[in-house]
Amino acid sequence: MAERSFKAEVEHLRKGTGDTFTGEGILAITKALLENGVGYVGGYQGAPISHLMDVLADAEELLGELGVRFEANANEAAAAAMLAASVHYPIRGAVTFKGSVGVNVASDALANLSSSGVTGGALVIVGEDYGEGSSIMQERTHAFAMKSQFWLLDPRPNLPSIVKAVGDGFELSEASNTPVMMMVRIRGCHVTGSFETRDNRRPELTVRDALSNPVSDFNRVVLPPMSFRHEQDKVEKRWPAAEKFIVERGLNEQFGPREAPVGIVCQGGMYNGVIRALQRLGLANLHGDSQVPVYVLNVTYPLVASECLDFCAGKDAVLVVEEGQPEFIEQQLGSYLYRAGAQVALHGKDMLPMAGDYTGQIMLDGVTAFLRKSAPDMLEGRHLAPNRVEPEIPDLTSTVPIRPPGFCTGCPERPIFAAMKMVQEQTGKLQITADIGCHLFAAMPPFEIGGSTMGYGLGPASNAAFDGGGERRAISVLGDGGFWHNGLSSSIGNMVFNKSDSVALIVDNYYSAATGGQDIPSSRAENATKSTQNPITDALKGAGVKWVRQIDHTYDVGKMRDTLHEALTTDEPGPKVIVASSECMLNRQRREKPQRAKAIKAGRRVEVPRFGVDEEVCTGDHACIRLSGCPSLSLKRLDDPLRDDPVAAIDQTCVGCGNCGEVADAAVLCPSFYRAEVVHNPGRWEKRRAAWAKAIIGWLMTRRDARRLQFGDTA
Amino acid sequence: MTIAQNFPATPGADVDGVLKVAILAVGGQGGGVLTSWIEAVARSQGYVAQATSVAGVAQRTGATIYYIEMCPVTDRPPVLSLAPAPGDVDVMVAAEMMEAGRAIMRGFVTPDRTVLIASTHRALAVSEKTIPGDGIANSEEVRAAAELAARQVIMADFEDVAVRSGSVISASLFGALAGSGALPFPRDAYEDAIRAAGKGVDASLRAFAAAYDVAQGGALPTAPKDSAKPRDEATTGPAKQLAAWSALEGRVAALPPEVAELADPGLRKVVDFMDTDYGAEYLDRVERLVARDDGAQDWRLGRAAAKHIANAMTYDDIIRVADAKTRAHRFQRIHDEMGMGEDKLLQLTEYFHPRAEEVVSLFPARLGGRLRASEKWMRRLDRWFGRGRRLRSNGLRSFLMLYWLGGLRRYRRRTLRHADEVAHLARWLDTVEGWLASDYDMAVEALNARRLIKGYSDTHARGLSKFDRVLAAMELVRGRPDAADWASRLRNAALTDEHGKELDGAIETIRSFA
Repeated sequence: MAERSFKAEVEHLRKGTGDTFTGEGILAITKALLENGVGYVGGYQGAPISHLMDVLADAEELLGELGVRFEANANEAAAAAMLAASVHYPIRGAVTFKGSVGVNVASDALANLSSSGVTGGALVIVGEDYGEGSSIMQERTHAFAMKSQFWLLDPRPNLPSIVKAVGDGFELSEASNTPVMMMVRIRGCHVTGSFETRDNRRPELTVRDALSNPVSDFNRVVLPPMSFRHEQDKVEKRWPAAEKFIVERGLNEQFGPREAPVGIVCQGGMYNGVIRALQRLGLANLHGDSQVPVYVLNVTYPLVASECLDFCAGKDAVLVVEEGQPEFIEQQLGSYLYRAGAQVALHGKDMLPMAGDYTGQIMLDGVTAFLRKSAPDMLEGRHLAPNRVEPEIPDLTSTVPIRPPGFCTGCPERPIFAAMKMVQEQTGKLQITADIGCHLFAAMPPFEIGGSTMGYGLGPASNAAFDGGGERRAISVLGDGGFWHNGLSSSIGNMVFNKSDSVALIVDNYYSAATGGQDIPSSRAENATKSTQNPITDALKGAGVKWVRQIDHTYDVGKMRDTLHEALTTDEPGPKVIVASSECMLNRQRREKPQRAKAIKAGRRVEVPRFGVDEEVCTGDHACIRLSGCPSLSLKRLDDPLRDDPVAAIDQTCVGCGNCGEVADAAVLCPSFYRAEVVHNPGRWEKRRAAWAKAIIGWLMTRRDARRLQFGDTA
Repeated sequence: MTIAQNFPATPGADVDGVLKVAILAVGGQGGGVLTSWIEAVARSQGYVAQATSVAGVAQRTGATIYYIEMCPVTDRPPVLSLAPAPGDVDVMVAAEMMEAGRAIMRGFVTPDRTVLIASTHRALAVSEKTIPGDGIANSEEVRAAAELAARQVIMADFEDVAVRSGSVISASLFGALAGSGALPFPRDAYEDAIRAAGKGVDASLRAFAAAYDVAQGGALPTAPKDSAKPRDEATTGPAKQLAAWSALEGRVAALPPEVAELADPGLRKVVDFMDTDYGAEYLDRVERLVARDDGAQDWRLGRAAAKHIANAMTYDDIIRVADAKTRAHRFQRIHDEMGMGEDKLLQLTEYFHPRAEEVVSLFPARLGGRLRASEKWMRRLDRWFGRGRRLRSNGLRSFLMLYWLGGLRRYRRRTLRHADEVAHLARWLDTVEGWLASDYDMAVEALNARRLIKGYSDTHARGLSKFDRVLAAMELVRGRPDAADWASRLRNAALTDEHGKELDGAIETIRSFA
């Protein structure tokens, strides 16, 4: 079960012609797929397109009614490979994953698919994870389109444009026998708006129908000599066909006057930013009517030379607004202009930064710089020589702390890394590699565990150089999501085959948690359409790992520490693999809280735990926080003139996971922590016993208090 | 408060009628809910609204930004931006004090147009919490910057407003937004948006209303009276002890008021720790230093002595912990915090992990000393006692054990721990007096260094070692005019990280010139 449920929104996917859909970009894409008669969909979750997978999963009933097959693919390579169904069959298929990392994983299949070419429209929807809010290395997906010769759409970020691009993408794919990738940026995925819906369409040929009449043609197989023919086919037939379609159907757009001394060429995704800059300069109105011509590339690859030259004709200068590096579009445009002997001045990365996202200020500065140089008369005086008095606002950079993402309150991974930090106190610093997933937050304070991340499922593989062992064994961390994504083969298989002497720690939180809590093969939940409850330990043993330890309660910090210690010191040859399992607290709370409230209401006995700190006992050394970092374990300044340092305090968001007490015990920190359980609806006997104990305890306390001085304020 | 300042119009005001609202929140604060409410209000009032957010890993406790643009519906769709731009935000909602600071840093708050609505509560960042000393960022700096940076500032603890209404901060911030009047929508429209969303409606509406009033200039809902007794309540106890106590109080009153201000709570702490005789010892030590102090130095020596000697004399041993855990007001406090009622029971579990060192320290000094010197015995004791213990302190068995331990208050004079502490105290005060002969400021610094000793077991040992290193390093700068500055720098360095790397660095620096 995913973190966010779209059951309510999915109903909007049933809207038909004449209705209006209002919501997020991601949902609009899903609706567009159904309107365009898609035959099968799939993908792998990851920001910013996780919700697309969640919506599809929640919409399985509707998809079934329409005869559409949905697969939650094992990884992006599997998703891209699924598009093979469109090679021979005239069935439209769409898959989704994040760029650029998902595209990296998928690139093998994408390259083969692009070589074979497609019959049915094949659409890859990529959530371009670039700029603010991104969680990955900053690269562009664009290069993949260039190397494999598939087409790249980058529609303007509003719902009607995105929806139109889905239909255009399928048709372009079919017209040019080439897979098409549609790129949507982070904010584009989550932008809200409205569009007019159309009726959903059943695929003309369903995948079930296709199974009744299988087709194969060795000309489409990537083997010599066909593969050489594929390459020729790409440049001789498919590329020109694509350009023809792009021009005839007007996929790219032009705004503003035809005749003007200057113009702007931008990626579709940059359009709103460009217009906002022009609006702020007084050169465009609310509706985007611009005094500067703007050529919007809703298709960023291939660039159509004739359109480009046409736009530049008669202009003194053009500015290319292209986010990310290197500047593929600008280079291509430059080469077109040079070959045509054009005189127009080409600007782009000389006025806009080469790297980083194009925020509002950067866009404004870049467009202003361009106009100041190329068409100063278009700028009003204040933009030419701004004399605005900026108020002196104190610099807060040394005041405001950074706030990177971290483990949630009660996260079951926290005690694992507390244990690992304690192990390192004993052994000294260890060679540790991390993977992709929530556990990567351990790299940051307070744990600072793990020095590298090489990709999803590649944690143990990235420690392979150290597999031969040494004075102290290397440790690698792998999440359950990464394990099933490709860790089982690339990491575990690699360790077994190479007789690795290293330790691998698999963090099993029952979900692909970092991407939003989607189910995976080892999830514990019952899932009507997927096979779950396949233990990781079985897979490990099947792959040939002999030393396997399963920990079912990660909060047992002492056991966690001792098991790690055993793995580091045992004489057993071969890989040492620990599976540390406890449910993701975010998902667990979401599941259990309503159940608990119901049980209390129904009069059943329920214990609700929470932790606390005795402020008289806490000395304010914060050692506990250095082994936790839990959001609910914070600090509080005391109203006590004798105490300089704030003491630990636990707020009411505490879920009572137990990490605080376990760590205080295992690391022998201090006796400040207590666990308080409120027992709702206690039994009669239990109540009577408690009352009896309370009476005696109360009497003892009063007795002692009477024998000592009681100060009014000594709390 | 409202601070109106006049600056030339910024670019962006050129786009007529577009209102730009940004929300900066910490993951998990409900920024998404707040955003969708704002969108709903705008749409219900004949506006086009476009919202964007950055989900992804930012929702895992990191800082995250939501952005909404809106303008009246016309026959053609507007082109709106997907991200806020510096100098181009009308309303900035910051769901936490440092996030308000971040918004100012990013230029989203400008004096010509931005209404800043911020909650003053703190959700501490990890970097603020892990520092062994006090690493909490200064909210006042943010407040001062906000007053300069914003056209209008509405600041209050909206987290508290929400919690009092049994709701969450998104609801109170929504109320503050409505109450600010920054958007041209009536109050009903906001409340309808909450009702239409249909989740936790009543609590949300309560929080909304309370925050609305605050933003309109109303008072914050008042805090319920603290259950702690007021300060002036008379001291009670057995007559004999009371008599001794009033004698001690007389001695405190005779101290300079600047010193008495700290010696009074210090004395209470020390007497509570053991007895009035111990209190007398405390005052002996304080008075001895006060006698060598004078008002010319603002009684800094006397004040430092009153504070740190009290802390040193009330060392954290098992007896003190057991005593603190078995007192009536503690149980009362936990009851209050947990919101206990008649129909509920409270179970308490304490986490103890005594080591041989702690056990031995409870023994009479001579016996304890001998055992501590014997490795064999220490191993044996560790085997017998040294393991984690979970004590159910609401149950009779565990309570009685803790109660018995807590009752050893006056026996503790004979323990090994007490002997250790007394010796340490004497050495420390000798050092202080040694400094006093030549350098008043260094004597104060030697007293202040005591702040480094805190925690239990390993943490305590590390604190002691830092304390020793600081005192030793102070010798390196003896005689320099800026010696006390260096001493204070050493102490702050020692409080910056756990293992004292900063301190080592500072000592290295001193060695390079001293």
